Amino acid sequence: MSEPITQTRTYYTVFAALIALTLVTVFVSFLELGAWHTTVGVLIGVVKASLVGLFFMHLLHSSKASWLAVLAGLFWFAILIALTLSDYLTRQVIAY
Amino acid sequence: MSSAITTGFIPQAKPRPPRAPGENYLNVAFGVRSWLFTTDHKRIAILYLVTVTILFFIGGAAATVIRLNLMTPTGDLVPADTYNKLFSAHGIIMVWFFLVPVVPTVLGNFLVPMMIGARDLAFPKINLLSWYVFTIGAIITLWALLAGGVDTGWTFYTPFSSKYARTNVLPTMIGIFISGFSSIMTGLNFVATMHTMRAPGLIWWRMPLFLWAHYAASVILILATPVLAMALILVGVERAWGIGIFDPELGGDPVLFQHLFWFYSHPVVYIMLLPAMGIVSEIVTCFSRKHIFGYVFIVWSSIGIAVLGFLVWAHHMFVAGQSVYSAMIFSALSYMVAVPSAVKVFNWTATLYKGSIAFETPMLFALGFIALFTMGGLTGLFLAALGVDMHVHDTYFIIAHFHFIMVGGAVMGYMAGLHYWWPKMTGRMYSDFLSKLAALIVFVGFILTFLPQFVLGYLGMPRRYHVYPPEFQVLNVMSSAGASILAVGYVLPLFYLFWSLYAGKPSGPNPWGATGLEWQTPSPPPTHNFDETPIVTTGPYEYSMEESAGVH
Amino acid sequence: MSTNESVGAASRAAPAGPARHAGPTILAHHFASLEQQRETATFGMWMFLATEVLIFGAVFTCYAVYRLRYAADFEAASARLNILIGSINTIVLLSSSLTMALSVHATRVGRRQMLLTCLLLTILLGGMFLGFKVVEYYKDYVENLVPGLAFDPSEWTKVEGTEGPVHPQRVQLMLVFYYIMTGLHAAHMIVGMGLLIWLVVEARKGLLTPVRYMPVEVIGLYWHFVDIVWIFLLPLLYLTGTHHVTDLHF
Repeated sequence: MSEPITQTRTYYTVFAALIALTLVTVFVSFLELGAWHTTVGVLIGVVKASLVGLFFMHLLHSSKASWLAVLAGLFWFAILIALTLSDYLTRQVIAY
Repeated sequence: MSSAITTGFIPQAKPRPPRAPGENYLNVAFGVRSWLFTTDHKRIAILYLVTVTILFFIGGAAATVIRLNLMTPTGDLVPADTYNKLFSAHGIIMVWFFLVPVVPTVLGNFLVPMMIGARDLAFPKINLLSWYVFTIGAIITLWALLAGGVDTGWTFYTPFSSKYARTNVLPTMIGIFISGFSSIMTGLNFVATMHTMRAPGLIWWRMPLFLWAHYAASVILILATPVLAMALILVGVERAWGIGIFDPELGGDPVLFQHLFWFYSHPVVYIMLLPAMGIVSEIVTCFSRKHIFGYVFIVWSSIGIAVLGFLVWAHHMFVAGQSVYSAMIFSALSYMVAVPSAVKVFNWTATLYKGSIAFETPMLFALGFIALFTMGGLTGLFLAALGVDMHVHDTYFIIAHFHFIMVGGAVMGYMAGLHYWWPKMTGRMYSDFLSKLAALIVFVGFILTFLPQFVLGYLGMPRRYHVYPPEFQVLNVMSSAGASILAVGYVLPLFYLFWSLYAGKPSGPNPWGATGLEWQTPSPPPTHNFDETPIVTTGPYEYSMEESAGVH
Repeated sequence: MSTNESVGAASRAAPAGPARHAGPTILAHHFASLEQQRETATFGMWMFLATEVLIFGAVFTCYAVYRLRYAADFEAASARLNILIGSINTIVLLSSSLTMALSVHATRVGRRQMLLTCLLLTILLGGMFLGFKVVEYYKDYVENLVPGLAFDPSEWTKVEGTEGPVHPQRVQLMLVFYYIMTGLHAAHMIVGMGLLIWLVVEARKGLLTPVRYMPVEVIGLYWHFVDIVWIFLLPLLYLTGTHHVTDLHF
């Protein structure tokens, strides 16, 4: 009951998508987006990272335990960044 | 080669050469090499036991000098900067080199594979590597502390640590950074082992609570330690190259370091506590001869503590300049973490209720844990309240609170576990009288040491001060007197446990009449733990009061 | 990761020290089946990657705090980084991920020559990445973008196309993060290249087979993770500011 073997065709398709997305994200940086550059760039990055994770890293066929590890890592990172920013984003608000 | 391929996940017992009668993990091989290159989890546990015990007494020595110095208001024993180095050394050694590793690496290493019916941990070589990494980290830190010392306190707050301190900050942080990887390796090993190596029939909901507690603590080890590592790297980079990540003069924010630091250092308290709570769950049910009350609740409270413990870190920073809105959120979240902690205490109490209680030594320590942890936890609620925290922040109230949790909780739990499983680890029984005496001395000494500190803190004596106003002297002398009693309580086990190795009565496989897989194999266990891979058919705590009459 | 648990069943005759090999057994003594052993290795690596997420996560958090606070300065500094080398390196690294993934495929279908080729290509691409990185660091040095070594505050008092005044100290902060993040990433790359070289040795010995493919799979996971980190470093460091097409030069 081994994990299924991913076919090379899948790898090539995913690679093409990754390169395309890289070109898109670099192209976007030539537009006048101001502060939105980071948002757009990170969103494209999330798509690219998901492609790498699901196909190159075989998450698609991985056990629940592996998914648990991935989700735990992301969830705890979300805690760290969200609660830290909860401080910094409310510093300017006068409360008393 | 290909015959080794099997399908399915149920581990199958492989034929193994029969064990010579009386052969166990201790006498299977002799010599220094057989210890330094072992991958047997039980031997690694013994290596850790020796290492952390040494470190405990070094950290304790620093505490002794601190308490001696505080006997007089003018601090006559050591100069102020030596005092700063002493409390820093005490905190650094005790937190990172004793309390964090002690239960997981000693008792956890020894028991996790045995309790799930496995032959070893999932990654035995990584387990050995973790001991080497830990020891190297400890040696570097000890060297840094002895050859000059550190005066930042164990918290390394910026910008003092990154810019102004002229002591061995960098080497100490390197030592802590290195030993952090040993924590990660241990946690990773435990989680992998519990996920993939349980004996046939040992479903998740039949796992002993000791294992659940270690699972939860391991999650914290894996996910919190890296953030501390990074925080230390950033301080190190800033210190070494003079760039301003946390330096307000260069646009940085020193409070950001505190965020990263406490993201690790608050959950780290639960790394210390959760395994100790697991020990107490095992012992309370064994010596009450009853099924544990609310097994599922205790499991979920362990997981709950592991998750909620990550949401409360900024309650250490209420007066550090964080936003008031954020402080309110963290205050509310801090109250929430009291819920799973209380669930555990209620469940232990309900297990004791109408139980057939035997006051053996491990039980005495475990009851001590429950009492002291409850006091420590309840005073924690004072501190979670914003207004009260403003008053008692950085006073001896805090010192007393976290010593109740860490010493009264974690160390008491460790002592309980050590006495409970000592016959399993060594095959010998220790002196019943002396061990009960030690339990009593530790409890009395502890109360006398730290109860006065609550009063001191409430009256306004700040922590980390070398001198204090004369009106605080009575309470300080009480505290120091208690500390000397406590020291006797900790030194005493050293003697009778050593003595038991030579003159202790053989304990037999199951001296306490306990359930659980680890008691179904000889003491000390054979290298492969079990002659036959055990098959689990029931839950972990099938005690009945009828049969208990003959046990104790 | 402990994927190289090729220790045979411990022999009674030689109990001291690491267990001696009774034969080329793939199954480590404490596992019951290869399936269990594989499952443990992958899961162990995924957990390690969760740790890595938080290692990088801590720096990303610091970056986020200052990025939000000093937006104009960070954008101005980002616009000065070499977008061409950054983009080329992204493509190089993605290609190395492709060859890494193909290595796993080659191992699993038992094509040893393809495995060796793909592993060597991965190492080559990794080396190319680091080479470009060194060139880029040198260019940064020439262009006065290294705080403490080569940095001219007067260059930053007037920056065209940014909102509000730019403070040289805050620009330095952004550059410091650039060096810490890319440096940490490069350190991971070097570790990964070491692991890949070990894989080549194993492959040449014929030890990587469809039965024992876990070392390739697990090291592959690590390599892809390092790639993912770079996928986020590109927008956070290089693309946060507005560039011009004329910036596309070495």
